[in-house]
Amino acid sequence: MLKVENIDVYYGAIHALKGVSLEVKEGEIVTLIGANGAGKSTSLQTISGLIRQKRGKIMFSGRDISFSPAQEIVRMGISQVPEGRRIFANLSVRENLEMGAYLQKGKEGLKKTLEKVYEKFPRLRERLNQRAGTLSGGEQQMLAMGRALMAQPKLLLLDEPSMGLAPILVKEIFSIIKEINEAGTTILLVEQNAKMALSIANRAYVLETGRIVTSGPAQELAESEQIKKAYLGG
Amino acid sequence: METLIAQLLNGLSLGSIYALIALGYTMVYGIIQLINFAHGEILMIGAYAGFFAITKLELGFFPALIVAMVVSVVLGIIVERVAYKPLRNSTRLSALITAIGVSLFLQNGGLQVFGTDYVTFPRAVDKVTYKFLGGNATITSHQILILIITVIMMFILQYIVHKTKTGKAMRAVSYDKDAALLMGVNVDSVITVTFAIGSAFAAVAGVLLGMYYQTIHPLMGSMPGLKAFIAAVLGGIGIIPGAMAGGFLLGIIETLVSGYLSSAYRDVVVFGLLIVILVVKPTGLLGKDTHEKV
Ligand SMILES: Nc1ncnc2c1ncn2[C@@H]1O[C@H](COP(=O)(O)OP(=O)(O)O)[C@@H](O)[C@H]1O
Ligand SMILES: [Mg+2]
Repeated sequence: MLKVENIDVYYGAIHALKGVSLEVKEGEIVTLIGANGAGKSTSLQTISGLIRQKRGKIMFSGRDISFSPAQEIVRMGISQVPEGRRIFANLSVRENLEMGAYLQKGKEGLKKTLEKVYEKFPRLRERLNQRAGTLSGGEQQMLAMGRALMAQPKLLLLDEPSMGLAPILVKEIFSIIKEINEAGTTILLVEQNAKMALSIANRAYVLETGRIVTSGPAQELAESEQIKKAYLGG
Repeated sequence: METLIAQLLNGLSLGSIYALIALGYTMVYGIIQLINFAHGEILMIGAYAGFFAITKLELGFFPALIVAMVVSVVLGIIVERVAYKPLRNSTRLSALITAIGVSLFLQNGGLQVFGTDYVTFPRAVDKVTYKFLGGNATITSHQILILIITVIMMFILQYIVHKTKTGKAMRAVSYDKDAALLMGVNVDSVITVTFAIGSAFAAVAGVLLGMYYQTIHPLMGSMPGLKAFIAAVLGGIGIIPGAMAGGFLLGIIETLVSGYLSSAYRDVVVFGLLIVILVVKPTGLLGKDTHEKV
């Protein structure tokens, strides 16, 4: 479904991604793990078209999207929940969700999608007219996820959804990610919380200073001594 | 008492013109953090478009207003696309210098094309003076017209910003451009729409200024532009209700100072006010220290 082929990304002189390749197949949960600064967010931003690679290409559903504008990439079915949630704090919860459906046409469809999102995140329904900036961290994460789902994506990119959340909320978020996947959405999950990520993923890639150093079935990686030492705290 | 009421009404109409101009500054600032110094010249071109529509095309006041808006919108979009868009990713200083350059270019272009003389703005609407409060106070039809047009424009703006999809996208872009891109928003078009709306407001202000002062001139946009910029800062740059409040407040302060002290002090007070705000509350009267804009 998604094929990232050998991409190099620079920030000025900083070489952030060095020949990164990865693949996500339809229906999978794939996780991209790595330490802070490894290039995980850069990878997602490049897929979403916010940053351009200098070399290499990105294919989605058989189409080269390497140089497609960001809105075209959303239209084709890739949505992202960015790191730090990036909700529109000055808009109401409802308006945030509507922004998620920006490219969707028709009021009926919008209503149906809204209903689905409320079902998944009942707490959002209670706070519809509240300004999004007044939500708690966990609620903001749910809003960010709900907002991305409003676009009815085929592929959902999640950038550190567990960041800054209490353990109980982390559990809830991960079980929702699994549900979203079971309902038919393919997922590329970026995490520093490798343990949780590996526990729900089918396959995993490990990124180290801009390079993929290991990849394989998530379970295998979770059991590898090397990964345990580096990312799972021994 | 009579003079006070007269001064207040006068200040209110001048202030509403400032408010219309200030809205353009504040919206553009809210969305791309640029102080569009060419805004006063877009106003001037709008005033001349209105002037020619009335004198040469023999249109009535309202059709001329529409012509002025169309001309200014086109000019505003051209300025944005040609001068500002290529600088989207460069420093704010280079964009600011470019804005000053565009302003000077349009001023001098105006002097070349329209000449250096003041032109009498035609009286497209009869000036009638109404007495009220038992004949103790007066208001003119022009003042009423200015106020009504301003209020209507503000309602339209509030509607666009808060009730339409484009308005929602404008608020989203002003808060977080990258997040808006991830929603599939075409940020460039949203920026263009913002310039278009600001320019339409400038055109209305230009025509109303022509009516208020009864003359127009290629440099007419520069002083009101500066004042309206101060009004926008006064209310909190990037905040729409702030620009409205700042505009009204500035107009009233100006006419009160002219009326009760001396018009020589008018600009001293206004610019002094700017300095005081910048020192005491740099975010403006309605400004919070949060990230909220538009
Ligand atoms: N906007 C930027 N400008 C310059 N360097 C950046 C920028 N964003 C990220 N980087 C650098 O690129 C590298 C990868 O960053 P990032 O993708 O954010 O890592 P991760 O998400 O894995 O923590 C880091 O060295 C970081 O400092
Ligand atoms: Mg990151």
